[in-house]
Amino acid sequence: MRPLTDDETKILFEKLSKYIGDNIRMLLERPDGLYTFRLHRERVYYCSEAIIKYASNFPRKELLSFGTCFGRFTKTRKFRLHITALDFVAPYAKFKVWLKPNAEQQFLYGHNVVKTGLGRITENTPKYNGVIVYTMNDVPLGFGVAAKSTIECRAADPMALVVFHQADVGEFLRNEDALT
Amino acid sequence: MGRRKVTDDKSAKPIRGPGRKSKKQGEPTFPKELAQTEPTDKRKVSSRGKQRARKRLEKDKLKQTINKNTKLKTATKRQSDGESNDEEQINGYTDENQQWLKPKKKKELFDDDDEQNEESMDEDVPYDDQFNEMESSSEEEDNDNDEPKLDIEKQSKKIREKQRQAKERSEQELLTNIQQHEKVQFPSGQEVTKEAPQADLQLLMHRIREVINVLNDFKNKREANRSRKEYLDLLRQDLCNYYSYNEFLMNKILDLFPLAEVIDFLEANEVQRPVTIRTNTLKTRRRDLAQALINRGVNVDPLDKWTKVGLVIYNSQVPIGATPEYLCGHYMLQGASSFLPCMALAPQPNERVLDMCAAPGGKATYIGALMRNSGILVANDANKDRARAIIANTHRLGLTNTIVTNLDGRHFSEHMGGFDRCLVDAPCSGAGVIAKDQAVKSSKDEKDIQRCFTAQRQILLNAIDSINENSTTGGYIVYSTCSILVEENEAVVQYALNNRPVKIVETGLEFGVEGFTNFKGTSFHPFMKYCRRYYPHLHNLDGFFVAKLKKYSTKQGNKKESETIEKEKKKAEEEEEEDDSPEAMADD
Repeated sequence: MRPLTDDETKILFEKLSKYIGDNIRMLLERPDGLYTFRLHRERVYYCSEAIIKYASNFPRKELLSFGTCFGRFTKTRKFRLHITALDFVAPYAKFKVWLKPNAEQQFLYGHNVVKTGLGRITENTPKYNGVIVYTMNDVPLGFGVAAKSTIECRAADPMALVVFHQADVGEFLRNEDALT
Repeated sequence: MGRRKVTDDKSAKPIRGPGRKSKKQGEPTFPKELAQTEPTDKRKVSSRGKQRARKRLEKDKLKQTINKNTKLKTATKRQSDGESNDEEQINGYTDENQQWLKPKKKKELFDDDDEQNEESMDEDVPYDDQFNEMESSSEEEDNDNDEPKLDIEKQSKKIREKQRQAKERSEQELLTNIQQHEKVQFPSGQEVTKEAPQADLQLLMHRIREVINVLNDFKNKREANRSRKEYLDLLRQDLCNYYSYNEFLMNKILDLFPLAEVIDFLEANEVQRPVTIRTNTLKTRRRDLAQALINRGVNVDPLDKWTKVGLVIYNSQVPIGATPEYLCGHYMLQGASSFLPCMALAPQPNERVLDMCAAPGGKATYIGALMRNSGILVANDANKDRARAIIANTHRLGLTNTIVTNLDGRHFSEHMGGFDRCLVDAPCSGAGVIAKDQAVKSSKDEKDIQRCFTAQRQILLNAIDSINENSTTGGYIVYSTCSILVEENEAVVQYALNNRPVKIVETGLEFGVEGFTNFKGTSFHPFMKYCRRYYPHLHNLDGFFVAKLKKYSTKQGNKKESETIEKEKKKAEEEEEEDDSPEAMADD
């Protein structure tokens, strides 16, 4: 376990800012204590300083997880955001997409979202920006990338893709082992 | 549909009007003479007829005298056969081939006619010739009445008497047979080995009930030459066969329960417990969750009054482990019994809590929810693959204060100590969750149990070592297993009492059976009554055991005790060397 290097921090924050913009500051400056990011076995964990101190006493090999896992660095040093980060990303989300009930299931099985399944979308969503996917009653389901901007969506064909799938809560069942 | 029922009721309205039904022909009416069923009128007999009748009489008398001998023979033969034939059956047949030629249901057909004929004969008014046979038979009987002193009559009386006696005897025999059947029939030695596997299940159950009946009132109902042990052996054998347990586990079960409860327990193991879920209070409330699930077509109800987070699921149109609510972490699929140790542990916010054997994280996430995501929760499991499930579940349910580790519970305190509370849900034989895993019935033996409780003892001692006894809020250890065996429960707690500075405290669970303070000659600490046991047939929960301990001092126990620990360790190591096969322990 170690703190992130500057490069890694930059990569991570670039990725996060696609979803939550400037709200990254809200993650780091919390009123209830000092929260930081830590790298452990190529995975980035986000948790309070107290827990980090405590966890650092366990042998490296036997420590499987602490706090919340945000994602992992690939071998090519790109950052992959995991679905486990949803709890922290969703409240600060800049751009949101709401799904109709019949499209929920499709998304939870790992499919992209077509326009017929689109219930609502935040105004001024730019193309290829990260979005958080919600159900119509505001339960976060996962995140993806907007395939079209809001304006393009209006004019799009009913079967056209509007959101590319990146991660969804169905992964808790589908690939439990690969999560962390 | 169909025709209206014809009633004799005269008040019924006659059908009128122009319709088809009013034109329908009524029921036929018969003239009085025809309507009479029995011909009561006497017919006039012509003089020729009278003559014929007289002739017939003479003829029959002649016949009788001829038949005397033959009839006697047949009667004796019948008796020797031991069959109780009715008199009338053979009456019409007087020839030699009577022994194999028998009238087919003639008796029933002519029963009424016989009486009529008798009447008619009394009046000496014969019918037509075609009734000849019958008349002759009835005539015989008539003659019997008239002349009781004939020696043929005496003989036939004797025969009848003998037949009656034979019948009585056979009836008595039948009765005694029935009685014997109600008594327990012990199988012979050969039978035991031969018929055991394919024995008829219904008969087996019948015998089990009878044996239990006898054992409950042994003094009066026993057979004189059978000992209690024989009965018990038979019962055990039958139960093993009927429910397909191995003898070892059945012995343990018979030791645990009074006879009346054994069957209940075994039957309860054949049915599944209801599916229950626990609301994740970090993300939702029970009422909201129930509403959301009902909208998805799930039939839910609050579990019981002792829990505020449990819901029981009666039936569901959707897979309950894959609804969007489940994936979003609003609830956890969890047996109702696994709420209990967490409730007994009663973790407080801002404490350090250890869950020693956490996978797959059901209890750990409940503890996290009770701590309201504050403090530190360490969820440890020795199996790495199972520990991955803890990671997924803690993240899904939104726990942020959790550290997941993959350490051996027997050496945990070497790495970390100073916890306020610790839950030890030790790996066990699974004798309480037979309904979940039927393999337990036949796969466990003495050695498996021994292996289990050795590990349990080591884990529990280690958990006690990792507790901070000076904690202002805690210092508690909860020990639980999903087994009902005393070896894995009370004996392990007693071992901890002997070797570590701990005492038993109340669990805070208001229901459940008290732990054993005495069992088969071994006496445990009197406070063992504070432990709680749960049984499938009493509480409709999985078989479960919960004990709560409090550590009150740092000292590691006296010298003598530490020696025993060393011995135990050595023993365990030797055991491990003996077989390196991975331990197949059922774990919740």
